[in-house]
Amino acid sequence: MTEKMTIAQALNLALDDAMAADPTVIMLGEDLADNEEGGVMGVTKGLSTKYGKRVRSTPISEQAIMGAAIGASLAGYKPVAEIMLMNFTTVAMDMIVNHAAKLRFMSGGQTHVPIVIRTMTGAGFSVGGQHSDYLEAWFAHTAGIKVVAPANAAEAYGLLLSSIDDPDPVLFIENMPSYWTPGPAPVRGERIPLGKARIAREGGDLTIVSYSRMLNEALAAAEALAKEGVEAEVIDLRTIAPWDKETVIASVGKTGRLLTVHEATKPFGVGSEIAAVVNEVLFGKLKAPVKRLGGAFCAVPFSKPLEDAFAPHAQAIAAEVRSMLSLEPVE
Amino acid sequence: MTNYPIPDPATLVRMYEKMELIRQNDERAHKVVMSGRIVMPYYSPRGQEVIPSAISVNLTEQDYVCTIYRGTHDMLAKGVPLKLLWAELAGRVTGTCKGKGGPMHITHPETGVMVTTGVVGSSMPIANGLAWASQLAEDGRVTIANFGDGAANIGAFHESLNLAALWKLPVIFVCQNNRYAEHTTFANSTAVERIGDRAASYAMPGITVDGNDPDAMYGAAKVAIDRARAGDGPTLIEALTYRFNGHLLGDDGHYMDKQERQQAIAADPVARLRARLISDGVLSEADAEKISADITAQLDEAIEFALQSDYPTLDELRRDVFATELA
Repeated sequence: MTEKMTIAQALNLALDDAMAADPTVIMLGEDLADNEEGGVMGVTKGLSTKYGKRVRSTPISEQAIMGAAIGASLAGYKPVAEIMLMNFTTVAMDMIVNHAAKLRFMSGGQTHVPIVIRTMTGAGFSVGGQHSDYLEAWFAHTAGIKVVAPANAAEAYGLLLSSIDDPDPVLFIENMPSYWTPGPAPVRGERIPLGKARIAREGGDLTIVSYSRMLNEALAAAEALAKEGVEAEVIDLRTIAPWDKETVIASVGKTGRLLTVHEATKPFGVGSEIAAVVNEVLFGKLKAPVKRLGGAFCAVPFSKPLEDAFAPHAQAIAAEVRSMLSLEPVE
Repeated sequence: MTNYPIPDPATLVRMYEKMELIRQNDERAHKVVMSGRIVMPYYSPRGQEVIPSAISVNLTEQDYVCTIYRGTHDMLAKGVPLKLLWAELAGRVTGTCKGKGGPMHITHPETGVMVTTGVVGSSMPIANGLAWASQLAEDGRVTIANFGDGAANIGAFHESLNLAALWKLPVIFVCQNNRYAEHTTFANSTAVERIGDRAASYAMPGITVDGNDPDAMYGAAKVAIDRARAGDGPTLIEALTYRFNGHLLGDDGHYMDKQERQQAIAADPVARLRARLISDGVLSEADAEKISADITAQLDEAIEFALQSDYPTLDELRRDVFATELA
């Protein structure tokens, strides 16, 4: 039997392994030391006890957290800063966008900012409009910062290790509702390179590109479609910026159809960029217009039926695929 | 202030040399921009020469400085080489940042100038991180966070001072209160009379000092720097000064109080220190002339070097975005 691990456990293990291997890896963020229960979700439990002053809980001061991470990185450390929720990056945007992302360029390469910003988000936790947003497109739009979003425990581990190793700032997006979802355990020490997508399921009829929690919805849709004789190829992007154009274009070149799926709202989203590039490269070879699915264009709602309907789910993805293939809906 | 250390004559001369360099550099920046030889946004630090000069004589090359768009005085006092500075102002590949940062983003880690920010208040959170690194590494360095009175009203000020005090970081917050936040007077933007008083909110020592008085400024800087180096934590220094010019070159400062401005310019701290050093017999007129002439020659050479240098090639657009060059 394969060993199982939750995403939260995998993240904890990656942080532990990174800190054990490299004394310049340090951590800071709200509530993350053991005195404050090792993070509001317990992701960093045990690490402050093991690594002492290298792991620090901070005041609720996101600008100060990001500034401290940036400054320490300029002096040779590799800080992993936690911004508890992705919506809270908004109060630290100056530090992230004007400074972390730009200091390498603006200094002509004299300084650089090897930090990881861990942050969690996602609808499904009944926390409403200011605690659930996927804002990855903002950061992917900014030159100088990488954006990573794992979909399972093994990816959480392998991508986090690579993000910590990376010489550039990385925004690392964790899906809050799936922290406790078990999956195959990672292989200790095994890194997943940034910028490389994974073909999560092979198929020849169309390509679905997704990441983070939506990847699992896409896979569920693909399984349902397989019973109807439709074979979808599902690509797990893993790194949003820079994204793996080669893998996506090779797949769409083969299938001729592309559907992008993410939880973030659709307009100006990551799916729009992928659709544009695929159109530029494969215009004459497409069998159907590229389609995009995203969250509803509203704040993430509180009321359960609304929240459940906010992000695309497997049934909606399957329905979109049938429409793209001009198939009748299945009861 | 009675027990504060004062600079010895040799230190005062070092301070004066830096101040004269800043003064002449500013004069040249005005000329070069007005003549159209370099196009850049220029935020004059004229009038604020004493502050970084008094601080820098208490620092080593390894100590860190974070400064802001009005920061050429901080850079020059810390020792950023003139040629590299001017080449950067001119956007040339020989500049500190290969011309890619420009006047608001001068960076020169070899002399400890780690970040120059164009965003009001953003020097402080990053200074904390440099100081945190020094604390972890126990390397004995201190970090200077420069900012203006306008920045004392932005959230980053509060967040940074609180964290620095909480973690006892070896950082000195230097508020260069030049009485204007862009076009708005200090009185019209700040509820308290003394920014130094705000240190009490963060349980750290705070001092409001005449930032144009070489003795007072030296003493305040030395006490704060020694304290940080000893591991006793941060200090907030409010250095009272005056911005001789408008917000940036091209703004004549017509909204500034005429009488106040005339008084400040009449009390030019560079001229005052020069006169004092001569009257005290520390420098002769000829010594002072030689200091000025040497600086003029260095500036001639630096500006010539900058203007003769090449612009960066266009492939620089793809470099330094990430560690790996963009495709």
